[in-house]
Amino acid sequence: MPFLTRLFVKTALVYFIAALLAGLLVAARPLLGLPSIVAALTPVYFHLLMVGWVTQLILGVAHWMFPKFSREEPRGHDWLTWTIFILLNGGLLLRVFAEPIRTVNTDPLWGWLLALSALLQWLAAMAFVANVWPRVRGH
Amino acid sequence: MPKPSIWFLRSALIHLALGFTFGGLLLWNKGIPIHPLMWRLLPAHMEFLLVGWTVQLALGVAYWILPRFYTQRGDVRPVWLAFALINCGVWLAGMGATLAAPGWVILAGRLFEAGAAGAFAVNAWPRVKPMAQDASHRK
Repeated sequence: MPFLTRLFVKTALVYFIAALLAGLLVAARPLLGLPSIVAALTPVYFHLLMVGWVTQLILGVAHWMFPKFSREEPRGHDWLTWTIFILLNGGLLLRVFAEPIRTVNTDPLWGWLLALSALLQWLAAMAFVANVWPRVRGH
Repeated sequence: MPKPSIWFLRSALIHLALGFTFGGLLLWNKGIPIHPLMWRLLPAHMEFLLVGWTVQLALGVAYWILPRFYTQRGDVRPVWLAFALINCGVWLAGMGATLAAPGWVILAGRLFEAGAAGAFAVNAWPRVKPMAQDASHRK
């Protein structure tokens, strides 16, 4: 298994645990009287699960298993895959903090950080599509 | 990679790009408001990423890697039907809800998606088999 795949898959596993813990907190909030910022974790919970776990796992396995790009670069451009990893995780982590904090802090900085998170994740998706598209082909 | 898998995976990548674009706009709008109508993208964002991207990718990879009958992957016609149905279904259910179309449009979309699952199962079901079954067929 290539290094980048291991990185994607292990990071995905960390998000998987984090997502379910976030879901646990959201469910426990009304029972334990946890602060209102915990309720704002609901979209964070969904996105930790669907972007951090599911999509990241797919990205890692696709990097490993899809047909080879070329003899010289069998898995496409490694620098682009690194860029995807940094953009996706940078964007997702920014969301994890900015989205709940924005509900209790009116500083516009948090809104801008949320917009930056959107841009980073969008760029990651576009870069992934560009990188993997030529590898989706017959023999 | 067989031709139906190429079509499923390329369509999944297009839905990934569109789904992340809708999601990016939604998140940006949450941080820095663009327009209140932006929220109407939410059903399309969810449909495109859950069914158009994740489910369709699973179908494409499953058709590619499930055990074969010698070198054949079974009758390809239900697989093409599944491809047509799932893509029509995603657009009807996702864009129907986003564009506030009548309820029957969304219902038709869900019906198409359910039909896609059934059609795909017709091909995949007999391919989910132990390796020994292949060996006994060869004798």
